Amino acid sequence: MDRAATAAKIAELIEPFNKKGVAITEATTFAGDLEWDSLTVMDFVAAIEDEFDIIISMNQQAEIETYGQLIDAVTKLQG
Amino acid sequence: MTDLFSKFDGLIEQRRALLSTGVTDPFNLVMEKVISPTVAVCNGRETILLGTYNYMGMTFDPDVIAAGKQALDEFGSGTTGSRVLNGTYAGHRAVEDALKDFYGMDHAMVFSTGYQANLGIISTMAGKGDYIVLDIDSHASIWDGCKMGDAEVVPFKHNDIEAMEKRLKRIPEGAGKLVVLEGVYSMLGDIAPLKEMIAIAKAHGAMVLVDEAHSMGFIGPNGRGVAEDQGVLDQVDFVIGTFSKSVGTVGGFCVSNHPKFEILRLVCRPYVFTASLPPSVVHTASTSIRKLMHAADKRAHLWENSKTLHAGLTSRGFKLGTETPQSAIISVIMPDLERGAAMWEALLHEGLYVNLARPPATPAGMTLLRCSLCAAHSAEQVQTIIGMFERAGKAVGII
Repeated sequence: MDRAATAAKIAELIEPFNKKGVAITEATTFAGDLEWDSLTVMDFVAAIEDEFDIIISMNQQAEIETYGQLIDAVTKLQG
Repeated sequence: MTDLFSKFDGLIEQRRALLSTGVTDPFNLVMEKVISPTVAVCNGRETILLGTYNYMGMTFDPDVIAAGKQALDEFGSGTTGSRVLNGTYAGHRAVEDALKDFYGMDHAMVFSTGYQANLGIISTMAGKGDYIVLDIDSHASIWDGCKMGDAEVVPFKHNDIEAMEKRLKRIPEGAGKLVVLEGVYSMLGDIAPLKEMIAIAKAHGAMVLVDEAHSMGFIGPNGRGVAEDQGVLDQVDFVIGTFSKSVGTVGGFCVSNHPKFEILRLVCRPYVFTASLPPSVVHTASTSIRKLMHAADKRAHLWENSKTLHAGLTSRGFKLGTETPQSAIISVIMPDLERGAAMWEALLHEGLYVNLARPPATPAGMTLLRCSLCAAHSAEQVQTIIGMFERAGKAVGII
């Protein structure tokens, strides 16, 4: 899946987690803008992992701060 | 200059707001006198202890105390050294032998605390390129062990067998895998489906570590823990445990049947670079462990206590962490931190001590009043406790 298709899929997956209806751009941060707690992060990561059949380890998650970085990482992890 | 303390401002404010209501600080209680495993004096008042993890009531066992006193006289107050230099005394070997006999395993390694046992074994066993697959509700010592090592850390939803399997399946071919589980999860007192989880872990070629801190001495026909109870102890590569709960002193350990296990004594930094336990501690521990091998009657009484308290609190309208009593921990779910602290204080005024647990130690942001029962609690004490909960719960408006 290329970056655009990956981005479209992730946009679909993030919807139920974006309870505050924050307008999401590539610069949106998960901790700052979306204010997610650790359980929400875990559930969202699990949804992404299951959809793309990948692992995003905690070590990799630590490098992902923005929505754009997540799309990059998932695009790359699909190999 | 940036004040490095500014990162704690949120917590400082939360504490200030809580204490300004006039509530007793739940994290600053002093036990002025300890009368028995189940009774102490706090704020000048005799208080029933229901939050000590002293599951088997060994802290005042006469044989245990005699062993400690004798060791103080014969070996002195401390070892002043590492296990691998001058810090291994006869007592350290004796307590490792007691653990091997208790678990029926080939190897045992004693650490200075249970925290260090998890820290050391996990960070040493899972290195760069390896994967750790662990339950999201794991204890802080497990998370810190993951952080200290260089492995890839992959958490899964609490006790979710399918979520664990999916993650194991996706790990690259040939990578080393360590699955980390707990027998009893200490916040809600629920147990893990170890039989199913360990079978899946083994099918995917993973090694398995199980922390049995809250089950040792109590759960399983011989008190070896949840893995024994579910018939899968022989499938566990590393059992982690502690002396600070059922054993009744302080210290941590790992037991294993792996033929290469002994090399860990040279490569496990939290084992090497710290002083060993004092002789009195290891002598009390080995005496206690050997007595726990023959404690079936106490185990049965503790189960009775757990069932009675669970049923009593449920019938009075409290919301508990588990639908059935699964361990010696009964967790009472509070609506929020303010009312949790108020309930905690009301219980203290009744003469009952429980643990107030709150995030980040608790799952899902919950505030809990965590009760841990003791085999030394009498049936009458358990009834008294239920009455105290009922009065305090009504006074605070929880029930």
